[in-house]
Amino acid sequence: MTDASTVALHRQLGMTDDELDAVIGELGRNPTHLELAMYSVMWSEHCSYKSSKPHLRRLPTEAPWVMVGPGEGAGVIDVGDGLAVAVRIESHNHPSAVEPYQGAATGVGGIIRDIFSMGARPIALMDPLRFGNLDDARTRYLFEGVVSGISGYGNSVGVPTVGGEAVFDDCYKGNPLVNVFCLGLLRHEDLVLAIATGDGNLAVLLGSATGRDGIGGASVLASAGFAEGAEQKRPSVQVGDPFEEKRLIEACLELYNRKLVVGVQDLGAAGICCAASETAAKGGMGMDFDAARVSRREPGMNPVELLTSESQERMLAIVEPAQLDAVLEVAQRWEVRATVVGRVNDSGRFRVFDGYFDAIGVPGANPMPPPGDAAIVCTSDAEPVADVPAASLGDGPVYQRPLARPANLDVVHNDDPAAKLRAQFADGVDLGEELLSLLTSPTIADKSWIFRQFDHQLFLNTVVGPGGDASVLRLKGTTKALALATDGKARFCKLDPRTGAQLIVMEAARNVACAGAVPKALVNCLNFGNPEHPEVMWEFSEVVDGMSAACAALGFPVIGGNVSFYNESRGANIDPTPTVGVVGLIDDLIAVPPSIGLRAGDALIVLGTTQAELGGSEWAAVTHGLRGGRPPQADLETAVALHELVRNLVVDRLLGGLHDCSDGGLAVTICEMAFASDVGFEFRGTADGVLLTDAEECFSESANRVVLSVAPDQIGTVLARARAAGVAAEVRATIGGSRLVWRRSPDDRDPDIRPVFDLDLATVKTQWSNAIPALFAQPSG
Amino acid sequence: MTTRVGVLQFPGTNCELDAIHAFEVLGADCELLWHGSASLNNVDVVIVPGGFAHGDYLRTGAIAQFSPVMDAVRVFAAAGGPVIGICNGFQILCEAGLLPGALQKNAGMKFRCEMTELIVASARSVLTSDAEAGQRLCIPINHFEGNYTCDAATLASLQSEDRIVLRYAMNPNGSIDDIAGICNEGRNVVGLMPHPERACETLLGSTDGAVLLRGVLATGLRH
Repeated sequence: MTDASTVALHRQLGMTDDELDAVIGELGRNPTHLELAMYSVMWSEHCSYKSSKPHLRRLPTEAPWVMVGPGEGAGVIDVGDGLAVAVRIESHNHPSAVEPYQGAATGVGGIIRDIFSMGARPIALMDPLRFGNLDDARTRYLFEGVVSGISGYGNSVGVPTVGGEAVFDDCYKGNPLVNVFCLGLLRHEDLVLAIATGDGNLAVLLGSATGRDGIGGASVLASAGFAEGAEQKRPSVQVGDPFEEKRLIEACLELYNRKLVVGVQDLGAAGICCAASETAAKGGMGMDFDAARVSRREPGMNPVELLTSESQERMLAIVEPAQLDAVLEVAQRWEVRATVVGRVNDSGRFRVFDGYFDAIGVPGANPMPPPGDAAIVCTSDAEPVADVPAASLGDGPVYQRPLARPANLDVVHNDDPAAKLRAQFADGVDLGEELLSLLTSPTIADKSWIFRQFDHQLFLNTVVGPGGDASVLRLKGTTKALALATDGKARFCKLDPRTGAQLIVMEAARNVACAGAVPKALVNCLNFGNPEHPEVMWEFSEVVDGMSAACAALGFPVIGGNVSFYNESRGANIDPTPTVGVVGLIDDLIAVPPSIGLRAGDALIVLGTTQAELGGSEWAAVTHGLRGGRPPQADLETAVALHELVRNLVVDRLLGGLHDCSDGGLAVTICEMAFASDVGFEFRGTADGVLLTDAEECFSESANRVVLSVAPDQIGTVLARARAAGVAAEVRATIGGSRLVWRRSPDDRDPDIRPVFDLDLATVKTQWSNAIPALFAQPSG
Repeated sequence: MTTRVGVLQFPGTNCELDAIHAFEVLGADCELLWHGSASLNNVDVVIVPGGFAHGDYLRTGAIAQFSPVMDAVRVFAAAGGPVIGICNGFQILCEAGLLPGALQKNAGMKFRCEMTELIVASARSVLTSDAEAGQRLCIPINHFEGNYTCDAATLASLQSEDRIVLRYAMNPNGSIDDIAGICNEGRNVVGLMPHPERACETLLGSTDGAVLLRGVLATGLRH
């Protein structure tokens, strides 16, 4: 029996009538206000994955080296020498669109907590970012704010930002994507899981006091009627405190190190409600929780607010009573607030009281009430304000949402940009201006302005920092190193989500191979539009299948991820944007891996085959606004052979430099290599004008290509190895001088035939370097 | 004999383990000294490492100067003991009155983490004793508030007393007279914004920082 006021409330909280009926069925009665609030946040899309779960089950998640797969705070893999790494990726898209600095800062803070909640010290961050075009003033404001937020929080909390991406496309104008990847390092024996075990163990809340920020999350409670007046208008974006988080990291790591805790969980979405009920449910236990023990920032907070607030920099630790004093002492030393807020029992139920623990003798004291609040009144016969099966909160509904292939997809596929571009850029046309417009487009331009704002060196692990194909971190005390890459390419996914997802996984794995590493694990952040649109769910399903196929072929599992739906503005969904982070392992790092530069006197070898594949490319879509066609082919078998070949060439130190060929195609890739080393090149084109034009050879984004700089006496070896691996390889350029030259095929020496382009290296490099800073130049005077 | 290096740790410090790693690679014995401790445990050298002591929320170094350990550092410095403040440590030494001047926000109003080229301006300090005046060193910076400033009289005395020990070849932050590091009158207290501990191994891109840290260890033993 549901009365009118309850119906109104559950709808305000974003629950459907069916979901309310499910709650009533679970409880056998009408839920209290607090219970309804808890179910509404725990069963929200964000916490429950109710639309994505049936699809995510198709991802491959197992490998012998996986210690913790999806579903925990972070995935964990064994990297040998008794060490393991914990990895996770998250999105903080909507908060960053509202308040870019704090949105990005709290995104960084949240993912760091996920990592150290596993017992790992967070040692690296990476940020895949997607924004609208920078010619828009608001986009510049958002972008600058996000970069400052990552810098301000990440640098201060003491976790280096070692890489990432920044991509600019109109589809993100109203809905930028701020994804954050974090990696932590731990010894096997320090692995901590978010599990509450042991009847009588205590739940200790560590960190910040709880305020009214982010209650229930903006999407669920945007117009809730809990409080009349000013509180309602409070911004729902949380404010980050990196100093609090830094102390929390050190305190928690000390607690793990001294084996003072049974389990730990960070407080993220759905706050205390999620952390307390999940830890209890995972341990097959129950928990009594006393809301009166929660430190509050402001007076008048009720249990609904306390249980669902998303205040930052908080952790929940499960502690044996005998260790409580030691835990409180560690917290005090690090100036971290610590309060006993719960007690584990074997009831299987999550019960919330308000002012009960003092009466029944749970150790620890009530925190000082905030000014304006009266002292807590204790009572030994208090009725719980919530009493639900702990597991039911995490066991929400699952929806098989309808899927539909976009009706216009065939039209899009038939709208291949090649025909239009061939008409405009027939062989013989100088492509220098085209190349320049690509090199100065923000997606391709120099990103130093961004990553110079990030501490990328802390902990003395960074052997290769931002700006290369993969970032390389040594593991001190071993011969090993990690190679990390994040990638995404939404335009390919828009044209063909299954192929697009494969291309993204292939590129990330290729980047890791360029550092000489074997890919071991992938985490994904799946940024999509509205899942209630069947086209969006079809794209999602296709992306999952493409990613599964690529991971299976390339031999590494998906160990964690995050789904971000509802990325839409003014009714338009973003392009489907899966981003991935791949972790590779280098067994024996004896020296810095070859850079992405060219070495004067070397020959330039192109591995792989260039075809007329312009669909979704930077040149067709960004420079010329032609967004139709099909993405490049994703040949997974060739990828396996190419990665193995490249990895061995790097490990055997046969290369002077190498660079993955991706955005902008071959011409852009080789120019980037020239910029990295201030060494020019003279490339000999092979376009025949029929299968391939000069422009297509320059700008096509065919997959499975890597450009190598090879010393003359190693050319034979490299070509022979490529042949043995079944990978196409050709010497295509001499390296040296101060010009960027692309000779036209076939008569590359005829002085009457003008080159495809012939540009001054220093001039072009300056334009490439200044493109992004110029957009943010301080007003003079 | 091995030099014993004490590395201070405030809440919010984050380069303490890096400093220890770099000094240990050079053969020193290191220990962490908690900010609440009033004793330096008889170390030979004190390092005030980089980071964000107390979050740098008020003003960089403003709260750290009041920690009990800083009283011990003042006594140690007055007795001629070598004290090196790196980055946030430089800011703390300025706030503590052990070095003159202050560090304000970078001229470009952005955090900067990048390799810089430094010129040794004076070899007469505990930090630069193993270097030669005019020597060029590649050592990274990593700061938002590294723009050194002081009044004209102080600058004149820093210059005339040869107390500017490191300058930037290309000024990255607007620092007055391109100053990257200075020392006190006794030449035993040095503050610098660049991070020598990040440039002590080939794998990390430069070993020039070791030139400075080795000098510190040598003078630490003599002290």
